[in-house]
Amino acid sequence: MLKDEDRIFSNLYGLKDKSLKGAMSRGHWDGTKQIIEKGRDWIIEEMKASGLRGRGGAGFPTGLKWSFMPKQSDGRPHYLVVNADESEPGTCKDRDIMRHDPHTLIEGCVIAGFAMGANTAYIYLRGEYMREREALQAAVDECYDAGLLGKNNKNGWDFDIYLHHGAGAYICGEETALLESLEGKKGQPRLKPPFPANMGLYGCPTTVNNVESIAVAPTILRRGASWFSAIGRPNNVGTKLFMVSGHVNKPCTFEEAMGLSFRELIETHCGGIRGGWDNLLAVIPGGASCPVVKGEDMKDAIMDFDGMREVKSSFGTGGMIVMDKSTDIIKAIWRIAAFFKHESCGQCTPCREGTGWMTRILERMVKGNAQKREIDMLFEVSKQIEGHTICALGDAAAWPVQGLIRNFRPEIEKRIDQYTANAMAHGAVMEAAE
Amino acid sequence: MSVRRLADDNVQPQSFAFSEANKAWAAETINKYPAGRQQSAVIPLLMRAQEQDGWVTRAAIETIADMLEMPYIRVLEVATFYTQFQIKPVGTRAHVQVCGTTPCMLRGAEDLIAVCKKKIHHDPLHTNESGTLSWEEVECQGACVNAPMVVIFKDTYEDLTPIQLEYIIDRFEAGKGGDVTPGPQIDRVYSAPAGGPVTLTTDTPAPKAAKVAEAPAAAAPVAPVAEAPAAAKPSLDDPNRPAAVEKPATPDDLKMISGVGPVMEAKLHDLGIYTFAQIAKWTEKEVAWVDSYLAFRGRIVRDDWIKQADALARGGEEEYVRVFGKKPR
Repeated sequence: MLKDEDRIFSNLYGLKDKSLKGAMSRGHWDGTKQIIEKGRDWIIEEMKASGLRGRGGAGFPTGLKWSFMPKQSDGRPHYLVVNADESEPGTCKDRDIMRHDPHTLIEGCVIAGFAMGANTAYIYLRGEYMREREALQAAVDECYDAGLLGKNNKNGWDFDIYLHHGAGAYICGEETALLESLEGKKGQPRLKPPFPANMGLYGCPTTVNNVESIAVAPTILRRGASWFSAIGRPNNVGTKLFMVSGHVNKPCTFEEAMGLSFRELIETHCGGIRGGWDNLLAVIPGGASCPVVKGEDMKDAIMDFDGMREVKSSFGTGGMIVMDKSTDIIKAIWRIAAFFKHESCGQCTPCREGTGWMTRILERMVKGNAQKREIDMLFEVSKQIEGHTICALGDAAAWPVQGLIRNFRPEIEKRIDQYTANAMAHGAVMEAAE
Repeated sequence: MSVRRLADDNVQPQSFAFSEANKAWAAETINKYPAGRQQSAVIPLLMRAQEQDGWVTRAAIETIADMLEMPYIRVLEVATFYTQFQIKPVGTRAHVQVCGTTPCMLRGAEDLIAVCKKKIHHDPLHTNESGTLSWEEVECQGACVNAPMVVIFKDTYEDLTPIQLEYIIDRFEAGKGGDVTPGPQIDRVYSAPAGGPVTLTTDTPAPKAAKVAEAPAAAAPVAPVAEAPAAAKPSLDDPNRPAAVEKPATPDDLKMISGVGPVMEAKLHDLGIYTFAQIAKWTEKEVAWVDSYLAFRGRIVRDDWIKQADALARGGEEEYVRVFGKKPR
């Protein structure tokens, strides 16, 4: 288990002082000016060396992303946009950062903004996080009062932070949809290229980062890239906020080192699986868009990017949804399909129509009212969506369904057999053949 | 995608205007964005209009479009695209948003939806007869480790059981929603595991001791009544002590109330409490007195004894089954 002094979010549960003074006493905002004085190149190199991969789900190296911003401004302002539109089912880490440890994020914005030549940051929170918005705004105001933000501040880099919010659209977690939404439009993703680093918010160079990626940056730079990269396995380094929901004894959010096994995480932090390890049916390892993994494959799998790829799923945001044997797995995946149907923005036909198709077929499969050939048809439909849309929501909608078919096909067939065997009960009338 | 249409013309008000305070706030909000980019403020402004009036009216959409120099259709598009905007009237005292996505579903969101159907209206987004309550099933609200949960106005109520949700809905219906402490309704702090954090327990990076007092109480109970001073045991002569009666010939079996065992029953008998009707009539202050005298730590409210006793007093086991959908134990 990670030692408490190696945890970046020292006030994750809000049990300690949330104010600026409290944050400073825990080591935040320490030497920010000195970090900035080391220069833009040093910061980006150090971030690259730390091996930090984006915490929003895709795992793109953060340092590399920062380096894509133009070195010299062509007259257009640069923007940092923080993606706090945390809507992936199973994920609730940014919420705790913003309401309990907001100064990690604010300090991170200043440093990241400097590294990409931006004087302005917009933090886009999901509309539902109203109390979180209030907490974060209070912390931002505190920093303005203390001279840590604004013009001619103590850090030597003019910087403004504005909070913006959405209104309940999952798709706005996609970076270009988020930018559209921030410009006051429907959140429909843009075609890429041009990428946001060239043409982002208001047509200006923009970098969009997840809250956690930004919030860990100051501590990494203070303690050194080598500290961060020494935790975990190569290519999967650092500490990470994990969330465990579903059928464990004590669901919770916690910060832990990468590279521990699923079993170790659950035993240490969540008091084990409800009903014991033999009762584990399946796990969705990184938020609802990751394919479901069978319990026996998951037990000793390593919870990091590569470890999850080995079990044909993905690490995503680190939000594990645990299901025990009382779960109706078909229904659980149907509910995820229904989620994606609800959240499709409607721009691309394969996704708009396909998510509805999949939901309707699955709805029948929950009851067993389907043909076995429809299982293959469903798989085929999901393949028609995957990779045929502007953004990744189409892929995200297809993967859980594919994971279900790959891992639990016998379960679906059994349900269909049961339904057929009980056909009389559903109103079928037997007639003699003429 | 969901198809969303504005409310019928006969419920649409003729005009809309921001209050003075909101007008000042709107000007400040528009200023956050670069000159000429005032359109960016459309979502925050619509949201403020919803907070002010309870829902987004056509007049509000048009007023905001004029404020931001946008064509009406662009604002209409935004209002119908984003599902957090209520474009039809919702309950005036509470609009209960139940998260139904898989993590919450796994921990019992369907039972919460059943409560809403029973207590409010069979269909989502319909108000009850008096127009005070409505409900809807929403997608993930980002509190998955505290599943299942509901959102009412700005606050989340987490780690719920159906009985607790009934209690919460009743409080809001009575216009006393403020009585319910938001957040987890069981013994845990925010997203930390139940029973206390496993990590961040050392004091090395902790602030000065004086500041720790600001931390929320470890066991955030359901209602403030449960927060009644636990330190000093209240006296038996307290005016808030519920009236005692002589032991009747056939006392009710208080153990039928979920949460009462033989030991507690004996304690209640000592206080002269023998019947369901007595418990059903307890006032809030009396509940607080009993809770604190017997050191139940909020259990009476959490298990909703009043409601259980009320059902049992009115119609015995049959009525209990009708109200709670299960037998008393």
